[in-house]
This record gives sequence, C-alpha cells and structure tokens, in this order.
Amino acid sequence: MKYVALVYYPESTINAMTEQEWHDLNQECIGCVERLSSQGKFLAGQALHPVETATTVRVRDGEVLMSDGPFAETKEQLAGFYLLDAVDLNEALQLASRIPPAKLGSIEVRPVRELPPKD
Amino acid sequence: MLAMTLQQQLDELYQTESRRVQATLIRLLGDFELAEEAMQEAFFAALHQWPEEGLPDNPTAWLIRTGQRRGIDQIRKRQTARKYQHLADAEEAFDPEQDHDAISDDMLRLIFTCCHPSLTQEAQLALTLREMCGLTTEQVASALLQKTTTVAQRIVRAKNKIRAAGIPYEVPERKELPERLGSVLKVVYLMFNEGYSGSDGEQVVKVDLAEEAIRLAGQLADLLPDSEVCGLLALMLFHDARKAARQDDHGDLITLEDQDRSLWDAEQIAIGRQWLNRAAAATPAGPYTLQAAIAAAHAESGDADHTDWHQIVALYEALYQQIPSPVIALNRAVAVAMRDGPATGLALLDQLESQKAIQAYYLYHAARADLHRRLGNHKEAISAYERALALTQQGPEQRFLNRRLSQLSSPQL
Repeated sequence: MKYVALVYYPESTINAMTEQEWHDLNQECIGCVERLSSQGKFLAGQALHPVETATTVRVRDGEVLMSDGPFAETKEQLAGFYLLDAVDLNEALQLASRIPPAKLGSIEVRPVRELPPKD
Repeated sequence: MLAMTLQQQLDELYQTESRRVQATLIRLLGDFELAEEAMQEAFFAALHQWPEEGLPDNPTAWLIRTGQRRGIDQIRKRQTARKYQHLADAEEAFDPEQDHDAISDDMLRLIFTCCHPSLTQEAQLALTLREMCGLTTEQVASALLQKTTTVAQRIVRAKNKIRAAGIPYEVPERKELPERLGSVLKVVYLMFNEGYSGSDGEQVVKVDLAEEAIRLAGQLADLLPDSEVCGLLALMLFHDARKAARQDDHGDLITLEDQDRSLWDAEQIAIGRQWLNRAAAATPAGPYTLQAAIAAAHAESGDADHTDWHQIVALYEALYQQIPSPVIALNRAVAVAMRDGPATGLALLDQLESQKAIQAYYLYHAARADLHRRLGNHKEAISAYERALALTQQGPEQRFLNRRLSQLSSPQL
C-alpha cells in the first residue's frame, strides 16, 4: 500500500536552531531518504520552504482567488512529505517514526486513496 | 428429540466457538463484516445439515470451512469487490490440520487489531466488546451507558479505518509487543472499570463488563502468558472478589475497612493469588502486577487492622517510580496515613495541592476530608467533603459523602 507521511513541525523551533543544528538535521533527512530508498520504500518526497513562502489558491464562481500564507493558522506547519510504499499501516508507522523531524513535530500518516477507474 | 439436542449443542458451540470461528474468518476473508455474515451463515447451515449428516468430527473446523466458502461466494457475487478478488481466486480451503495453531493466533490477531493505537480508545473498547466478547451493538451501548447510534457509528468508523488505512491483522513483532500489549491491557482494564463502577444499582445493566474483562484477560493469559497479562488478571480477580461487600442493600458504598470480609469470594481470591504468583515471577514487576500485589494485601488480610500497611506503602512507592502520577501519590499518602497516622498522611496530601489535575479529582478531597475527620478537625473535614461532593456525579459516591457530612454536622453522642 502507498502512504503519505506529512511532516509537521513548529517553524519557531527551526528558526531558533544554530547553523550547525540546521545542517545536522538536513544531513539526517538526506540519510533517511537514502535508507528508505535502499529498502525500496521511498517513492517520492520533498522538503518545503517555510510557510511564509506559501500562497493559497481558491476558485470561486470561476474566479481564481489568491492569498498569502496557508489556509489556517496552526502551531505546527507543513515542512515536507514522503510518499512511502509499505505493506501495511504498522510498517508505514514504523518508517514514519524514523523520519528525523518526528522528534521536533509530528508526522501524519495517511493511506493513499486510488481514484476510481476513468469512465 | 435428536434435533432438540443438536440445537442445544449448537447453542453451546455458538457460545464457546463463534468468536474463534469469526476471528479466523476475518483472517481468511480479510473483512470484518463479511466474516460476521459468513460466521452466522455457517451456524445457520449447521442447523440444517447436521441433523441429517450428523455432528462433524471437528465442528469448529467445519464451521470455519463452511463460513469461508460462503464468504467467497459472497465475494464472487459482489462484482464491485475487486480488491478481495485474490481471496476468491486463491480458494485455498481452510485446513484444520495445517491451521491448528493459527486458530488461537487468530484470537490474538483480532484483539491486537481491535486495540490498535491508531484507533481512539473509545473505538478500541467498543470494537473489543463487539468482536472479542461477541456483544451486540445494543449490548455494548447499554453496558457503556451510551446511545446505540453513537456506538454503532464508532464501530463502523473504526472498521472503515482498519480497512482503508491497512491496519494489519497480525500479532505485533516482539520489539513492538510490550507497547502494543500495553494498549490491549488498557482496554481490558477500562472495560473492567466501566463494569466495576457502572453497576451502581440504579442502572439495569444486563451485561457484566467486569466479568467480560476477566474472561477476556483469562483468554489472553492462555494465549500470551506475559507477566503483566497475569498481573492484570490477578488485579481484576481481587477487586471483583469484593463485589458482594462493596455496597449495602440500598446500593450505598461501604469502604474497604467497614466491609464484611466474610462476603469476599475466597475462592476467587485464591485464584487471583495463583495468577499473581505467576506474574511476580518476572522482575521488575510491572504496574498491573504491583497493583495486584496491593489488592492482594487487602484481599488476604483477615480484617482492616491487620492489613500490612508497610508492604502496601512499599508497593505504592515502587508503583510511583514507574508511573509518577498524582493519583498514585494520593494512594500512597493514604497508605502512609494508615501506617504512620492521619497527620503524616495529611502532610503528604498537602504537598500535592499545587497540582491542577488532583484538585479536580473528588477522591483527593474525600481523602483529605477523611484524614481531617480522623484528626477531629470537623471544620476542615466538612469543607473538604463539600468540595468532594461538588466533583462527583455518581449516586452512591454522593450518598456516601452526604452520610459522612451529616455525621459530622450532627452533635457527637
């Protein structure tokens, strides 16, 4: 089964990091992707720029509306995602628990919903 | 006449084997709902076929095989159920010879799935009662004093999550076992406590949840004789053994020290002791085992005055090392009060005062009130009893506190 692991953390924690700590965290994440890839569990994934770079797009009555920032103010912000290939939820949770920012924030694990076949 | 006895045999088989049959069918068919339908159909088929063909050698295996066939027929009929197609294609018939161990493992798989930490605890409890204990949704709702629609919705949502999120039907690996077993034991103990405090004489509860929890823990101890499983079983047996002495004829609470100990179930206490000994063989003793040892110290002492408070304080101390919660600190303080006198206990309770959670806990105030009462501090006792009273909603507790209050307010004879 495919699972998406959405990585959240409080950006304030990241902002408070020293250069060295930030460097180490990034290296840990690179290591994590390498490990998952070598196990054949990593399908895709990216880290994201901070939430202040986000733009939210909506379409209402055919009109495209754009606004600064994310849809909702939250304590933790979306920081990246992984698309994982796991046998079942237990394996997905186990893989997710080893994503480095799990120590700083939280990882939301969701099964991928396959769209129905095309008409 | 023959049909009559077969009917009785079937009823009995349903009582003892339907959970097992269903647990295995969930594995074979990969779906809770389908497995339940298939299990019911298998028993229905038995009702018709056994009078003519006679009782099969291995009725449980017969029921599983029949259920599996019916389930696969169902899958074939449901054109839409593409994702289960592989089960219909495989068509490996259930073989009781090969699959013997698997049947008991299926019960374990089932409880670990029902108590998976990705489900809410309410859902874990409802699902366990429904699937492991075989209660109907109505029975679950009435036992938990909740609306049937609420419980039904909770169960449906949980089953959907099990399917959609891919919660596996398996016993966790060794390294995950302690944590996962912890969530199973929590549900079993929650079930017991719902039953233990829920039966307040005002509610007519047809299902005895405490009994269900004890039965379930016994089953679990057979399948997975972990020390904490044995410890929890012992703990529940000790508590439940005092059932008959806990309330008077009006459903009012009787405190441990005033209970008529001849009403305690000595046989059950002895069984509890056996399980406690098994649990205590492992070191260090886990939280359930320690609590069971505390319950044993009470259950095995002939009267309140001969209770070994030194041992109880030491056990609470060990428990507090593992779980430093204010509630355990409260119990420790009460035990210290029994060992060293109310003033010492009260001093310990006062140290807890700054903790918010404990302030909202009625037993904290009830304990303070009791110690003040013993010290003859009537004014302090009354105000603490009043605070306790404001914090509890349960009838028997309220009546108990009111009784204490009126004893304090009326002139001493």
